[in-house]
Amino acid sequence: MTSEDKRLLSVDVKKRLLHEMLFARRFEERCYEAYVERKIGGFLHLYPGEEACAHGVLEAARVGHDYVITSYRDHVHAIKSGVDPKAVMAELFAKVTGCCKGLGGSMHIFGVEQRFMGGYALVGGPFPLAAGIAKGIQMKGGDEICICFLGDAANNQGTFHESLNMAKLWNLPVLYVCENNLYGIGTRIDRSTAVVDQYKRVSGYNIPSQQVDGQDVEVVYAAAAAAIDHVRGGNGPYFLELMTYRYRGHSMSDSNAYRAKDEERMWSKRDPIIMLRDRLIDDGQLTQETFKKTDDQILEHIEDEIIRFAEESPEPTMDLLQKYVLVENDPWVKGGAH
Amino acid sequence: MATMMFWEAIRRALDEEMARDPMVICMGEDIGVAGGTYKATQGLYDKYGPERVMDTPISENGFTGLAIGASFVGVRPVVEIMSVNFAWLATDQIVNTAAKVHYMSGGQIKAPIVIRTPGGTAHQLGAQHSARMEKVFMGVAGLRVVTPSTPRQAYGLIKSAVRCEDPVLINEHELIYNLKGEVPDEEYFHPLEGSEIARQGKDVSLFGYNVSVHWCLQAAKKLADQHGIDAEVIDLYGLNPLDRAGIAESVSKTHRAVVVEEAEAPVGVGAEVMAILNEECFFEMDAPPARVSALNVPIPYNHTLEKAAIPNADDIVKAVLKLFGK
Ligand SMILES: Cc1ncc(C[n+]2csc(CCOP(=O)(O)OP(=O)(O)O)c2C)c(N)n1
Ligand SMILES: [Mg+2]
Repeated sequence: MTSEDKRLLSVDVKKRLLHEMLFARRFEERCYEAYVERKIGGFLHLYPGEEACAHGVLEAARVGHDYVITSYRDHVHAIKSGVDPKAVMAELFAKVTGCCKGLGGSMHIFGVEQRFMGGYALVGGPFPLAAGIAKGIQMKGGDEICICFLGDAANNQGTFHESLNMAKLWNLPVLYVCENNLYGIGTRIDRSTAVVDQYKRVSGYNIPSQQVDGQDVEVVYAAAAAAIDHVRGGNGPYFLELMTYRYRGHSMSDSNAYRAKDEERMWSKRDPIIMLRDRLIDDGQLTQETFKKTDDQILEHIEDEIIRFAEESPEPTMDLLQKYVLVENDPWVKGGAH
Repeated sequence: MATMMFWEAIRRALDEEMARDPMVICMGEDIGVAGGTYKATQGLYDKYGPERVMDTPISENGFTGLAIGASFVGVRPVVEIMSVNFAWLATDQIVNTAAKVHYMSGGQIKAPIVIRTPGGTAHQLGAQHSARMEKVFMGVAGLRVVTPSTPRQAYGLIKSAVRCEDPVLINEHELIYNLKGEVPDEEYFHPLEGSEIARQGKDVSLFGYNVSVHWCLQAAKKLADQHGIDAEVIDLYGLNPLDRAGIAESVSKTHRAVVVEEAEAPVGVGAEVMAILNEECFFEMDAPPARVSALNVPIPYNHTLEKAAIPNADDIVKAVLKLFGK
């Protein structure tokens, strides 16, 4: 499938997606700066270059209804799932107004109200969690699905195979989305993985799969829409592989020295935001000036609203330090409610 | 009060909880059609069907993780890990996810999962089937650990664990599934925290948990019959958190303490109880506290060597006599 085949999105939706992806890009770039300024600590994994993946898939999902779960590279998935960007930034700033009150951090963004079930730091950890959420959906009989975003290198964990097997065995409504950015930290995929095309690896479990261009949000959307139909229709799991690229190092502590400059240059020509922008300009739906204006507005909004909110928010108080270790006042701990 | 075997008490608790709440499910290897390695789920597959009594693939980390994910959205899974030795494979999901997700989500997600798993040395099962992992799990913040020594405790702890909002690991023992004991006829919920006095005494406190409670009781009888020493036996069924107050209370009365653990001494229940004694009743002690532990070795296959590696009632008697300078 090429982008020409599937132009399913209306102009308005495309414009909104462009706005959202640009926002995601600027948000992450601002995180980078804040990290350098030491406002953000810990490990920080950024998403620039991969925006079309989360946006294309979640545009096709029912956000707030379907469950979403992912890895440590989680800010953009959370925001597209409906978690307030201010609460995400405040979490990165370790403030009490953060979505996890400053107890989670960059790798652990949660928004359960939005059914964003979290970011997890152990590579491969979310595979079975997603299958379990799907099991819960199945037991309750709803039409939700669970969407699990993970990287390519995660597929070399045992949980990948364990979860695919169980998901198919029990016909669970789960969509596994592989964001194949060709690297697990500094190791290129062909140096870690016997079968480089990830979508082929699931055929042994009889799970339908597809590999598509993860840089074209329209292509991602179309493929995801079909995949989601499959899963929501009660046909069991689906595996969608999105070919993509991250612009920055794996995390802030990664110099990115292991990648050829040619390779980086090639991928930068397939930037998801620029491709959509140019398509809209070519179609006469957008001008360079309005795009520039939008960009300025986004930058201003991030600075004036989001960063300011995070900066001005208070730190968590000491009473939170031990508050959530165990669930408080659970009557059954004492041997029942009587 | 009905008398029943340990495994029957577990099955009764699971059956009652499954009948009450359609979101309670059981998962594990061979627990369904086969009824469970120790029969703890016998008959439940026929009664509740394959969707609620799930025979899992041999994927410990996978199915434990799946159960944890299901618990995020309202399912109340009771996972049986066939043997605690295989729980090592699931420690990732137990420790990294179940124990931490409530905390790191700022209280947004709960993981009310129950993990039942038998640990301990049995009869010549060899090094890879004789693990005692309670010391590993009791050190994990966010994970409740309980370990029943009697059918009544097994029944009541499962009942409470299924309803508790925290992840609870129930450390059972291969050797006592056929142990008989009284279980109340009416529903009974055992507290998940605390300890029980298994035998009243005034001269020395013997701390045990799970099978070692039975060794302590045997030792207490010998001490009374042969040495005129009146030992109190404290059953530490709650390992995380440990019953700090209960431990201190007993020793404040007896002024002497021996901790008996089936596992190797380093970083174990004994070490932890002794630290508590240090902190809570150092000046109450008439003798330094002692511990009776397994040798720090992989468990050997040979029967004589295996027995030598694991403590017994006589070792406890000896340790107590030493405290009395005998
Ligand atoms: C179990 C585990 N092993 C190793 C790591 C260290 N680690 C963090 S991310 C990563 C690479 C993962 O790559 P991939 O799944 O492709 O995701 P990407 O970061 O490219 O999005 C590694 C090895 C970890 N977090 N967890
Ligand atoms: Mg990768």
